[in-house]
Order: sequence, then C-alpha cells, then structure tokens
Amino acid sequence: MSAYIAKRLLAAIPVLFGLTIIVFLIMAMIPGDPATAILGSYATPENVEKLNRDLGLDKPLLQQYLIWIANLFQGDLGRSYTLNRPVLDEVLERFSATLILAGTALVLCSILGLIAGVISAVRQFSWVDKTITLVVLIGISIPSFWLGLLLILVFAVNLRWFPASGMYAIYGGGGPLDLLHHLFLPALTLAVVATGVIARLTRTAMLEVLRQDYIRTARAKGVTENRVIYRHAFKAALVTVIPVIGIQAGFVLGGAVYIETVFQWPGIGSMLVKAISTRDLLLVQGGVLVVASAYVLFNLAADVLQTVLDPRLR
Amino acid sequence: MPEAPLLSIEQAEKVFGGGRTLFGRMRPAVHAVQDVSLEVRRGETLGVVGESGCGKSTLARLIVGLDAPTGGRIVFDGRDLVAEAGKDLRRLSRDVQYVFQDPVASLNPRKTIRTILEAPLIHLLGLDRTARESRLSELMDAVNLAPEFLDRYPHEFSGGQAQRIGIARALAADPKLIVLDEPVSALDVSVQAQVLNILDGLKTRFGLTYVFISHDLSVVESVSDRVAVMYFGRIVEIGPARAVFGSPRHPYTHLLLQSAPAPGRRSLVSEDAETELPDPYNPPPGCAFYARCPRGTDMCNARQPPLDEVAGETAHRAACFHPHEGR
Amino acid sequence: MAEASTATAPAARPRKRSSGRPDNLGLLLNNRLATAGLAIFALIVLTALLAPLLPLPDPDVTAPADRLLRPLSEGHLLGTDALGRDILSRLVWGSRVSLAVGISATLIAAFFGSLIGLVAGYAGGRVDTLLMRGIDMVMAFPYILLALAIVAVLGPGLLNALYAIAVVNIPFFARNIRGIALGLSRREFVDAARLSGKSHAQILFIEVLPNVLPVIIITMSTTVGWMILETAGLSFLGLGAQPPQADLGSMLGDGRKILFTAPHVSIIPGLMIFALVMSINLIGDGVRDVLDPRLKSGALTRPVARTAVMRDHAPGKFLPSPGAVLDVRGLRTEFHFGREIFHAVGGVDMRLGQGECLGIVGESGSGKSVAAMSIMGLVPTPPGRITQGVALLDGEDLFSVSDERVRQLRGSAVSHVFQDPLSTLHPLFTIGDQLIEAIQAHQPLGKARATEKAAELLKLVRIPNPAERLKAYPHELSGGMRQRVCIAMALAGDARIIIADEPTTALDVTVQAQVLSLLDALRRENNTGILFITHDFGVVSAICDRVAVMYAGQFVETGTTAEILSSPAHPYTAKLIDCVPVLGQPERRLDAIEGRPPVVNDLPVGCRFAPRCPRAREDCRTGPIPLTRFGAGREVRCIHPLTREAADA
Repeated sequence: MSAYIAKRLLAAIPVLFGLTIIVFLIMAMIPGDPATAILGSYATPENVEKLNRDLGLDKPLLQQYLIWIANLFQGDLGRSYTLNRPVLDEVLERFSATLILAGTALVLCSILGLIAGVISAVRQFSWVDKTITLVVLIGISIPSFWLGLLLILVFAVNLRWFPASGMYAIYGGGGPLDLLHHLFLPALTLAVVATGVIARLTRTAMLEVLRQDYIRTARAKGVTENRVIYRHAFKAALVTVIPVIGIQAGFVLGGAVYIETVFQWPGIGSMLVKAISTRDLLLVQGGVLVVASAYVLFNLAADVLQTVLDPRLR
Repeated sequence: MPEAPLLSIEQAEKVFGGGRTLFGRMRPAVHAVQDVSLEVRRGETLGVVGESGCGKSTLARLIVGLDAPTGGRIVFDGRDLVAEAGKDLRRLSRDVQYVFQDPVASLNPRKTIRTILEAPLIHLLGLDRTARESRLSELMDAVNLAPEFLDRYPHEFSGGQAQRIGIARALAADPKLIVLDEPVSALDVSVQAQVLNILDGLKTRFGLTYVFISHDLSVVESVSDRVAVMYFGRIVEIGPARAVFGSPRHPYTHLLLQSAPAPGRRSLVSEDAETELPDPYNPPPGCAFYARCPRGTDMCNARQPPLDEVAGETAHRAACFHPHEGR
Repeated sequence: MAEASTATAPAARPRKRSSGRPDNLGLLLNNRLATAGLAIFALIVLTALLAPLLPLPDPDVTAPADRLLRPLSEGHLLGTDALGRDILSRLVWGSRVSLAVGISATLIAAFFGSLIGLVAGYAGGRVDTLLMRGIDMVMAFPYILLALAIVAVLGPGLLNALYAIAVVNIPFFARNIRGIALGLSRREFVDAARLSGKSHAQILFIEVLPNVLPVIIITMSTTVGWMILETAGLSFLGLGAQPPQADLGSMLGDGRKILFTAPHVSIIPGLMIFALVMSINLIGDGVRDVLDPRLKSGALTRPVARTAVMRDHAPGKFLPSPGAVLDVRGLRTEFHFGREIFHAVGGVDMRLGQGECLGIVGESGSGKSVAAMSIMGLVPTPPGRITQGVALLDGEDLFSVSDERVRQLRGSAVSHVFQDPLSTLHPLFTIGDQLIEAIQAHQPLGKARATEKAAELLKLVRIPNPAERLKAYPHELSGGMRQRVCIAMALAGDARIIIADEPTTALDVTVQAQVLSLLDALRRENNTGILFITHDFGVVSAICDRVAVMYAGQFVETGTTAEILSSPAHPYTAKLIDCVPVLGQPERRLDAIEGRPPVVNDLPVGCRFAPRCPRAREDCRTGPIPLTRFGAGREVRCIHPLTREAADA
C-alpha cells in the first residue's frame, strides 16, 4: 500500500514537469515580441530591450526554459510589473484565500452530492428522486456567476444576512467567525455545479451497483437491506465517484475565477482575471502554475483514496 | 510417406508482455503458447482440447494471422504465409479463415448480413456486383439460411443462426483451412447439434480442413480425426482421436476424461489436490502438471518432458516421463 | 438438415416490439421534460435565426436619454441598459452569438477529440500511450484555468474564447471515445473484419465509428450547454466578446457594475443563459436516455429487496406433502416490461426432501433459474413478479411471510450458490469479511468467534490455509477456489436447502468435478437438500437423485435420474439427451432439435413443444396439456409419450 502511494507520488513528478513545460510554452507562444506584450504598446524601446535581457528572451528556447526552471526552484517567478512585487509572494498570498474558498466548496459539494445521489437512487422514481433530479438539473444549468449575483441581491442587499463581498469586514473584521460569515455565499455558489455533477453520478453508480450479482449474493445471505445499500452498494459506488470528485476539484478551482470576481474574494482567480486584462503575463504564468500544481495533488489524493477502497487496483 | 501437410507449426511460441519499461525494469511475461509443433493434414479435422488458459485460443489466433508468433514458424501449404501476415493479412485470409466463439459479438451490430458477407468477397476476392450476388446466395444456401435474411441486422438472429452466418463469412473467400474456435460453446445444446451437423456437411462438400478448438471433450471427440491436448501453453498429448480418448497416456488427459460428466455416469473421479493451474508469471521449471499429478517424481519437477512417441503407436505422442500404459 | 431452414424461417421474424429499432425521435418526444426542453430550445434558436427579420431596434444604437429604463417600458419591453440600448434586441442578437459560439466550439472539440479518441483506442499500444499522455497533460490543468491561459496568450476576444473553450473540451471527447473505441476494438467483429480483408482505416471508420457515433452524440448533447455557459463566463469576465459586439455573457458582465441600481440589466441576460442551457440539458438527458442501451434494458432501475408477490387470488390452504422440506405448488413468475408480459414460469410444482438433490434441466430461457430464484424472492423487481402459487418451507408459505422473515430465512434455512463466482463475490471486501457477515447475519457471534467459524467453513470446503485465505480478496483466488468460498458461505447458517444455480457452468471440467464431488459429499454429511439448476445431463447424472426437465416455463417431465436418462417419455427430453455428443461414443449421430423454443410472451395454445415435435398431432395443439402420472414417482406433460418399450428398444 505505502509502496503504491510512493509510486504514485513519483509518477506525479513527470506530470508536474510537464506542467512547467506547457506553462512555459504558452508564454513562449505569445505572438509578436513578448516584452512588448508584457510591457504594453506604450513601452519605450529601451525598456523592451532591458526586459528582453532580464527575461533572457534573446537566448534559445531550451536555455530560456532551463533558466526559468532553475529560478523556479529558487522560488523566483519574476516580478509583477503592475504590482511591483515578486510574483511568488503575490501568488501564494492569493492562493491561500482561494484554497479556503475552494476547499470549503469541495467538502460541501462532496457531502451534499453523495447524500443527494444515494437518496435519489434508493428512492428511485419517488417524488424525492424527481425533486432531486430536477434541482440537480437546474444546478448544473445555472451560470454560477449569475447565481452569485442573485444571491448577493437577495441575501446581501435585501435581507442583509451576509456581506456582499470581501473576505473580512473592512472595519473590525478578522477571526474565523467573520471569515465564515463572508465565506458562506461564495462557497455555496461555487459548490452548486459540482454538487449537481456528483449527485447525478452517485445516483447512476448506485443504481448500477444495485443490479450487480454480489448485491444479490448479499441479499441471499440474509443481510439486512440497510446494510446491503449502505455497506455493500455504497462502497462500490464510491469507487466510481471518487475520481469524479477529483475532477470536480479542478472545476471548483477554475470556477473560483468567476466567484472571486463576483464576490470580490481576494483569491488567485480574481488576480488572474485582472492580470490578464492588464497583460501582466508573469503573474498569469505564476498563478496558473500554482493552481495547476495544486490540482495535480488533489487528483493524486483522489487516486490514492480510490486505491485504498479498491484492492483490485493495488 | 503421405503427402505434405497443409499446415505445419514448428515450435511456435507466443509471449505476452515482457520487454522492459521506459526505466529499464523487466515487465512480467506470460508464455501463452510454448514450443508447440503440429501438422494438419489436408482434409482432416484436428481437434485441440484444453481448459481455459491453456493457450488454445492463442494458438488459433496465431494460425489465422491475427497475432504474430514470437518464436517458431507456421507454414501453410509450403509457404511461410503467417510470417507475411504482419505485412499483408489478405494473402493468408484467402486460404485460412476463422469462426469465432461468440457468434453475436463477431457480427457488427450496425451492419446488415449482406454487408458483412460481402466484405471478404470485395476485399479478398475482388468480385464484381453480379458475381457477389450469386456467391451470396450460394453461401446462404450452404448454411441453410433463407436468402431474405441478407438484409437483416445481427440482433434479429438467434445464437445458432448468427453462428451459421459466421460460418458463411468464413466460407466466403473459399478457404482451404478453417479454424473453429469454440464454435458451439456459446450455443444452447439443442442448437449445438444443428451447427455441428452443418459443419460436417460443409467439410465434405467443399473439401475443407478444420482445426476445431474446444474445451468440451465430447464435442471434440465427435468431430475430430486427430486430437491435441493442451495444458499450460504446451501440447501434452497428440494422436488419433480414437487413441487419445481410448487409451490416454498423459495423466492430465486421463484426469480430463475422468472429470468430464456424461449422462449415466454416476461418480466423477475427482482429484484430491486443491491446486489448479500454476502461476503463469512464475512457471515451474519442469512439467506444469507436476503439482497435480499422482505419478509425478523429482525428475518431472526438474525438467520439461519431451513430446515423444508412445511405445507401440507411431502417431501417438505424449509429453510425460511416466505415461499410463496403453489399453 | 434441410428442414432446419424452413423451420427457423418463421421464427426469425423480427419481433418489432422488443428487438426492432423503435423510432428514436418518437422515444425522445415521449419524454415530457425533453419535449419541453426541445420546445424552449427551438423557440430560442428560431428567434435568434430570425433576428434580422424581426421588428427590433438596432441593438447597438445608444440613447443616453433612455438609459436604464425598467422592463415593460414604452417601446422597450425589457427596458434599456446603461447606454440606453434596447435589452430585448440585444438579448436576441446576443443569443445568436452565444449559440453560434457554443455550437461551433462543440463541433470543433467533438471532431478533434473523437478523432484522437478513435485512433488511440483502436491503435492501442504506443500510439495510445502517447496520445493519452498528451491528453492527460491538458487535463492536468483545471478546465477554466487552461481556457484563461489560452485567452491570456491569444488576447481577449470572442473568437479566441471560442478556441480556448474548444481546446479545453477536446480531452473530454478524447477520453470518452477512446474508452468505447478500445472496448469495441477488442470485440470479435473487428477481428472478423480484418480477416475479411479490410484495412485498418476501413475498420476504424466503417466498422468502429458507427458504433461510437451514439456516444459522440451523447457527449455532444451533454457538453454543448456547458460550452455555452463557459463562453458566457469568459465574456462575463471581459475576456470574450468585446464591445460593441455582445453575447449574453458580456451583457451580464456589463450589468454587474450596476447590479444594485438596475438589477434587471444583469438578471435578464442571466435568465436567458439559464433557459438556454437548461433546455439543452433537458434535451441532452432525453437523447442519452434514448441512446443509452443500459437505460433501454432497464439496467438502471433499482431492484427491491424481495420479488413482488401479486397473486390474483389468495391461495387456498395447502398441506405440505409428507417428507418434503420445500414444497412449491403452482408457481407462476412473470416479467412486466411496459405492457408486455413474459410468462417466465408458468405453473411449476416441486418438492424437495431432506438430503435430496433435485435437478432442474433446461435450455437458456426455459425459466429454470427464475423458478429457483422465485422461492426466496431473489428475482429482481422490477420487472419480475410472482403472480401465483405457494412455496411451503416446513409448512410456512414463503410468499405470504413478512420481508423480515424472508431475510431471516435467507442464508439460514435456505442458501444459494450462483453461477459466476467472480461476480457473485463483492470485489471490495475480503473473503473473511464476507463469510463473517454471512455468519453474523444469523448468529449473535462476536468478531473473534465468527472469524474462527469462517476459517472452519473454509476448511470444510477443503481450502488449504484457511486462516490465511480469510484475508484474501476474491480476485486473488482462482475460479474454483472462489466457488468453494461461495459454497462455504452457503453453509454458514446450517442451511436445510441449498439452491445452486448452474454452480459449475463457469468452471473448467476438472474443477467442475472437484466442486461437484464437494457438493455431493457435503449434502450427505449434513443431510442438506439441493435444488440444482443446470443445462447439462452429464452434471445431473453426477449429483441429482431426481430430475425435472423444463421447457418454456413448465416442467415437461419429472422422475428419478436413472429412469429419465434410460427411458425418457417426453419427446423433448429424449431429443435433449440425443442432441449432445457423449464421451466414448464418437460415432453417435447427433439428433438436432429443429426450430427454436417459443418466446414466453407469445406462447402456443396447446403443448408448448408441439411446433418442434416430430410426434405432434392435431390434439396436441388444441389446449393445454396437464402434467400426468406416468408410473411410480414419475410425471409427463405429453399425451403421446414415448412408451417404455419404444425407449428401451
């Protein structure tokens, strides 16, 4: 088992390297002169030339990559031109806020999705099932950025139950309670789509499993129906649902871009949107790299969890 | 000396897996077929019998060229066609055809029977439309199916009918040899007989040669002129059907025959050993049957017994150091 | 053999209802939600297409005087935005853009993704590894993030957003299609096509592609809504459509800035996106339901814990026959698919005494398994239901008792052994877990004591190293070992009866012999009755005392094994024995049975075997034939049986 985990961790290393290559290539693919692109069209020729030298853009591609990756290992992702501070500092600060938001949403959608899916399957064709199915369908069809706006209108503007934006209150804020208060609406909005996807999949997986021969065997043994469903069937269904939760981690991390913009959450998503519109490409590069690496680790965790559950994968 | 064999297999070997990974580690390898040599004579039916995992289906795929052997030679009608099959399967397919175990899975669910049967006529024989039309009705007649079935889809047929279509497809290119891989195992018993009888009729009508592969001893006995018994990738006994079934020499053949249920046979002699097949990733150095064999000695565990002629019978060979006596 | 074709010709007529290809569109329209989705979607598409012809104001003409008019204002049905532009007009034109972008992105992603998937799945090996590693690399990025990165490189703009969304969706198609293509490429029809002389390209595009097409369509219909949503999202962030061009997302993005003062400017386009995506998803679900074979076959309905018992009339009082532990009378089990009723079991009586082994022999579809599984309510409902009969276990009618009582009896008084020992054991629990569960379901034993008992059971079925084996998972054992574990499980509760449904069919002959002799020894040691379902008279001879031959849902002949084998009275029994080759008699001519068994939703009026029977006369076809006594302990459902003398001769 631990050997397997070690093997998986080792296998993640080339993936992470691949990520750096892709991220690097994306930046290298920028049409025209990168320095001009980074500095904008109003930059003076001297500045452009200086940046080209700073970035080592006058060297061959492979050498550029090696320099870049060497710097990366020393924690140097360059400097943000718009913020005038090291990219890594900004990215890490922002990423912790995103992690709080996305982590909460992920926990929320896993729990809600699994519960809804199991109930829906166990009471197939009942009104509960039909209601859940419809709600789930609405959940995966609704634009999350729009849902966020609606929630702000209703719960922040009209009812004043929750704050409309930010992570902490500006005056006298701080502390976990204040954070929770600010977290509720954005985390909920972010979780909606993923909850729908997980609920749907859990329902199908449960229904499929309940038709399996080994479920009939369990019943033939005289095992109680509750045990059949919640022990035998649920465990088998979980094995198919877990990788999807891993994939949903990616959707939640990506969806944070919208939600952070709508709720002005000081996370990496809103940072990226701003950085793209201001063409602060080093910041984009750093942000993408960090989020993608986090996603790889999420998936790794999902893989390992699946293996713990399913001995056939070992 | 009798005339040259139609098909001769010389020390064929098929290894799955193996080689090294990107990082130079050895991948586990399985010898699905090992050191198999046999000959198939023109006009005979050679039965190949064995249990699951014994390599009989792999052998079948080697003969028709669907897989390439990793060692040895397979010579058809004097030409090493099988070696060429990797480059151009069509030459081999004109002479050697295959009937699959699962009749329904071997027919593309989205094609009509006409399209399925026409494929070999177009791609192997290059017939024009009128020639194809007459050949199609011949084929349907040969397998006793009404011509109006041609425009139906496979799911409209029962297993027995689907298998007859599979046979018609194999016949289409007018081959010399047909390899039948468990052709009746997926069928109900009442339908098995229909298909077996049709196969028997076609053989004489078109002068065919069969390699008939099955796990069912009684079916193999009823159709074969000669029989090869396989165990764990090797031939353990081969000879005229009457000799092999009448006086089996290899202890495994013996066990097989005693285990087979037959109507009216009250007790099946069952071995005491709890063992089944050896681990294919870690094969024993000697005879693979040693762990289950009541006659085994140290010698059997140390090295592979050769497939030698048994005393007194020229065409009968068994790979055993301590064979049973003839009856 | 000439008669075979004439006899089978009428039987092969396609049964339109169950096997024909029902009109897919008709099925889709049967689904109310999908129809609603289709209607909404059609309305939106039609309006968007007709936008240039509709009497709408120019969507881009600003009118600062009329800014931020509320909906239902004079001349502006949905009001105006911050620049005084008509929202309705912008909505219609914006939908046009969003639809065009979403659908184009789907087509691009579907084309490239499917192509990659097809090639990777069919080629396998290195090509597959290479392509899928590339796809994995792309998938290692969170979806939207990659789209953002692409837009960052290409620069904001609608077309760039389209490319970005298309690119990030390629992996979905590639992965889905590869899985299907991989499965199909291993199917025998692909090998058959190769042997028919087709080239790889021909096989890929002519044989494999048509089978993959439904999956491509399902994937497209389920992703197109998502893609519209995502392009709208990019535009919402200001990275998609650039002014003055507007799609629904950028309208929403513009409205966000004035959310508190004029919420309608953002609510309306959001609602439109929602309606559009919802309608597409409804259609997508409908399409999936129509094209997914699992849903058609009912493989996704949940079977309840026990077969439904819906007897038309209450059964009278039955006294169990003397000496019978299990006494089943007049059992009828049906399957209901919509309006069609399949009479799988049409009136079966069976008695099983202590330590006796009764074999039920029949071909596939004869109803032998259904009859046996009905006893303890293990026939899946839906679609199965028991409509008549009683099953007396020591005088207690199993069809009348409570669910809880049935649960108590399952595995204790009556236990089961099934056909495929791999699929009948739970893959995620150890052998020990599953045995202990079977023990604890009926006996209040602690964990330690139950583990001990589990090891004893494994020893009983002659599995070496029982204590070690308890920790093994099913996939770590060989087929024969697994079936021994299943038998051990059946012995966990000291059952009086074991129902064994083809327990050796999936095993090799030598292993079959081991398992059969084990079962035979166990029933003699414990005096357990066995109900043994099989299609093989050879297996029957090896273990059964008495035999019942089943055909089209009914027993046609019952009696002792020796009598039935030596002198079958029913023509079907005789034919069934004669059509299999017998070891040691290679010269025997095989007597094939012409035709096919009747389908159990369309049974003949008289004798069910009459259409295939060489002895059938006029009176065979006029009415049902009863099962009548034929000598001591023997019954036959035939009015012109083969006589003893004829059979002996």
